[in-house]
Amino acid sequence: MRKNDFLKGMSHGIPIALGYLSVSFGFGITAVKAGLSVWEASLISLTNLTSAGQAAGVDVIASNGTLFEMILVQLTINIRYALMALSLSQRLHTSFTLPKRLLASYGITDEIFGVCAGQESPLKPLYMYGMIFIATLGWVMGTFLGAYAGELLPASVTSALGIVLYGMFLAIIIPPARKERSILFVVAVSAILSIFCKYIFPSLSGGFTVIICAVISAILAATFFPREDEA
Amino acid sequence: MSIMIYIAVMAGTTYLIRAIPFGFFRKKITSKFLRNFLYYIPYAVLSAMTIPAIFYSTGNMTTAIVGTITAVILAYCNMPLIVVALSATLTAFLTGLFL
Repeated sequence: MRKNDFLKGMSHGIPIALGYLSVSFGFGITAVKAGLSVWEASLISLTNLTSAGQAAGVDVIASNGTLFEMILVQLTINIRYALMALSLSQRLHTSFTLPKRLLASYGITDEIFGVCAGQESPLKPLYMYGMIFIATLGWVMGTFLGAYAGELLPASVTSALGIVLYGMFLAIIIPPARKERSILFVVAVSAILSIFCKYIFPSLSGGFTVIICAVISAILAATFFPREDEA
Repeated sequence: MSIMIYIAVMAGTTYLIRAIPFGFFRKKITSKFLRNFLYYIPYAVLSAMTIPAIFYSTGNMTTAIVGTITAVILAYCNMPLIVVALSATLTAFLTGLFL
């Protein structure tokens, strides 16, 4: 039964790993172009496990920025993880002790959060470990291959792979939006705000845009569609 | 400055952002508003991340739209994540071949 949780996590993590493989391939290419070695690029992916934050971090390194700038950039782009971590902390199984929480927190990414949040039952440590393990494997391998092999894949393949993760996001949000009008509401409002930000305030960073849109639409949904607690 | 120091600072910052709320927030949140807010956050985050970024994800709006439509239809039919994600990629790729 325990082993099953790990395997279940791994199987739920396969689409994430495939998506990561293609996205981090691009990160590997970018990092080497910015002057990092193959190993440094791979180490960044292993220790950070985040796309936008890493790309911005490489920019800071390449431009010889200060450590203060590095911290500020990471805080701004990655602060959404704190919201996700808080959200997930409410749905953990009782077997999630502090050391296990500290271990699993390493792997809270947009995608892992998305899949975990979609689970009906409380989250078990092994389930999260399995998902994080396979996702990290994909992320680091993709970085290594991209940094090492550069542009071996034809452009038609790498560009099409750019849609993998977004396709997965749609698969996470559409079925519940179909079932619950409140989720349809939050998804639609957030998407409209995001389009608005993109074209009206193009200088706003991607991380900030997501935070603003998500917080506003979730506040509206919580106000207009309060749910009766089932737990 | 050594690249290793940059990497350590970067990784440390990113880890703490995740670990502090996940590790040390042990109470159940009692505020009904806050619970509702946290319930809706995942969907709001994923939606804002996907739209409109998905339309630019393949470097070509046409292939991206074909991929998006494929994903929306399959997701609407409750297909598994991997099927939706890879079908979107495949149709975007195939569309690219004909352009």
